[in-house]
Amino acid sequence: MADAGVALEIADLRSSVEGMPILRGVTLRVGPGEVHALMGPNGSGKSTLANTLAGAPRYEVTGGEVRLGGLDLLAMSPDQRARAGLFLAFQYPVEVPGVTVANFIHAALKARGREMPFVEFRKRLLDKIRLLEWDEGVARRYLNEGFSGGERKRNEVLQMAMLEPRIAIMDETDSGLDIDSIKVVSGGVNSLRGDRLGILVITHYERILRYIQPDFVHVMYEGRIVRSGGPDLVDHIEREGYDWIKEEIAATRGGV
Amino acid sequence: MAEATTELGLGSDYRYGFHDDVRPVFKARRGLDAEVVAQISELKGEPAWMRDFRLRALDIFLQKPLPLRSAWGGDELGELKFEDIYYYVRPTDHNVQNWDDVPAAIKNTFDRLGIPEAERKFLAGASAQYDSEVVYHNINRELEKQGVIFLDTDTALREHEELFRRYFATVVPPEDNKFAALNSAVWSGGSFVYVPRGVDVKIPLQAYFRINSQNMGQFERTLIICEPGSRVHYVEGCTAPIYTTDSLHSAVVEILVLDGARCRYTTIQNWSTNVYNLVTKRAMAYDNATMEWVDGNLGSKVTMKYPSVYLMGRGAKADILSVAFAGPGQHQRAGGKAVHAAPDTTSTIVNKSISKGGGKTTYVGLVSIAEDCPRCKSNVKCDALMLDDRSQSDTVPYIEVEEDDVALEHEATVSKISEEQLFYLMSRGISEQQATMMIIMGFIEPFAKSLPMEYAVELNRLIEMEIEGGLG
Repeated sequence: MADAGVALEIADLRSSVEGMPILRGVTLRVGPGEVHALMGPNGSGKSTLANTLAGAPRYEVTGGEVRLGGLDLLAMSPDQRARAGLFLAFQYPVEVPGVTVANFIHAALKARGREMPFVEFRKRLLDKIRLLEWDEGVARRYLNEGFSGGERKRNEVLQMAMLEPRIAIMDETDSGLDIDSIKVVSGGVNSLRGDRLGILVITHYERILRYIQPDFVHVMYEGRIVRSGGPDLVDHIEREGYDWIKEEIAATRGGV
Repeated sequence: MAEATTELGLGSDYRYGFHDDVRPVFKARRGLDAEVVAQISELKGEPAWMRDFRLRALDIFLQKPLPLRSAWGGDELGELKFEDIYYYVRPTDHNVQNWDDVPAAIKNTFDRLGIPEAERKFLAGASAQYDSEVVYHNINRELEKQGVIFLDTDTALREHEELFRRYFATVVPPEDNKFAALNSAVWSGGSFVYVPRGVDVKIPLQAYFRINSQNMGQFERTLIICEPGSRVHYVEGCTAPIYTTDSLHSAVVEILVLDGARCRYTTIQNWSTNVYNLVTKRAMAYDNATMEWVDGNLGSKVTMKYPSVYLMGRGAKADILSVAFAGPGQHQRAGGKAVHAAPDTTSTIVNKSISKGGGKTTYVGLVSIAEDCPRCKSNVKCDALMLDDRSQSDTVPYIEVEEDDVALEHEATVSKISEEQLFYLMSRGISEQQATMMIIMGFIEPFAKSLPMEYAVELNRLIEMEIEGGLG
């Protein structure tokens, strides 16, 4: 079945956490097959954007609009958003005792109308586990229970590979990972790239972007996207950090 | 006993221990006194020693006060009306329940679980028998080859009186508690299992297979004897709801696990929510023997059940795993007792409880280690999960240690379904209801995975239905 993929269109999105405004008007379009990197200093609102889009509890939308494949994303519950094709790779995935990785992924596929025979499911799951250079035994482990930081992130990418979303948001998937893990996780993500999947890679550091090379790069500061450009923007940040952006913003404000 | 049988003119095919032609005058009546007890014994054609035992137990029952103020008992027991209860109903009289009178909720559950028609009527009390004779006989032929005895308790008393008498009431004497005394006075049905030395019974023995033999009565009495080096897994009850108009279920289970033997006893209890389920379950484990209780409580109005293991021999082990689910109007008191009466013994008690819709769960447990029993180990873990703010959960752990060289651990947690866990599961496309269900099933996973497959599957479906009822 031909599937051209869908676009994620964010227009002037505003949200708050416990009454504190964090997103102050974000506008961004992630098209099918595109990889966007969202960078920015700590506290600039990157993770809030990810959580707001996924419909996390306690993130309150106060304005703007988000469309996924033309549908009103903000009107949907978190599970509906996922079924519409959105995927969030969590920065801090929680433990769910007693629920095995395999059962969880199987249930998620079923909920998405993609139930498959056990033999096929098992084969696909083991293929993806091997792709992530992981031990097959992980399928029987309880979700994130006793997982190291690196294993948790690998588990997020494993789910992403199995569920085949249309738009994936990766919230600081590189944080807490050593360079070898970053390579493995990036390899997994790159294997999913094509002209269909749109990816938004959220990161504080440029490291992961050496392995998952973005088509577009955005810098967020104080709840807004303040710079957008090509991959060369990553090099700029690598050389000079974020201070130049803060200074430019301050200068602009001073000039008004 | 043979004489009594002859006197009453009973043939060998005499299944229920009475015959309409023989005692047409028997009429079930409410209330309990020596006459009723003597009559039960006579109808069953029992030997004199059993009649005397019953009468002595009746005296003890009448003398013992209700444990109203105890954590093991409770004020709810004050609502019991002993004078309104039928203490013996002939199996054929059970057939008075009209299918039309069975509550719609129970019928609906049967539908959802896909219980066959014949079984439904039995479970709902609308039929005295469920025809599983064929299955039972095939299993029994295999067992007989190994010398295993698996019978209902009444038949065992008739056919294996000597063996029966040697062990009966040695683990739970009538003096133990008021309800053990009551059961001793009026017991009927239950299972008798004898596993000879060194025999490993590979298939789980399921009371369910001989459901026709009156094993799910009000006052059933089960006795299991595991000779040295033997192994057996016994499974009683079923996940399907058992509808009964009887308001009191008071069973006694006694188990002897002799040197090096291993016994697992699995129960799933799902009585209708008008029933007081007050059960005494105890095992004695001798040198290097292992006793495992796996105990699930879903139904009943009030349950008080603390499977116990007396560790009588060096190196004996106890594993007590229980789960309780309390919905609206239910109070589940579950837990366990481990009595360390020998050195180098170990016990593990794990209790998982779930409460919902104002339901109440209470863990009550005892770990006792006697003097001069060094190097004993005990680990107690109770986890409560509350699905809403109206529900309640309590923990009452008793610890009595008279020995210094021991290792004791106790851990208790109370939790709610976390918003973070729900969101995580939902973020993959799973609905809120199913995500809730997955978290609950994950919570009781240590219990579910120790069940035979078909029980685990039914338990899953049943809890799903309970949760659906609460989220609607």
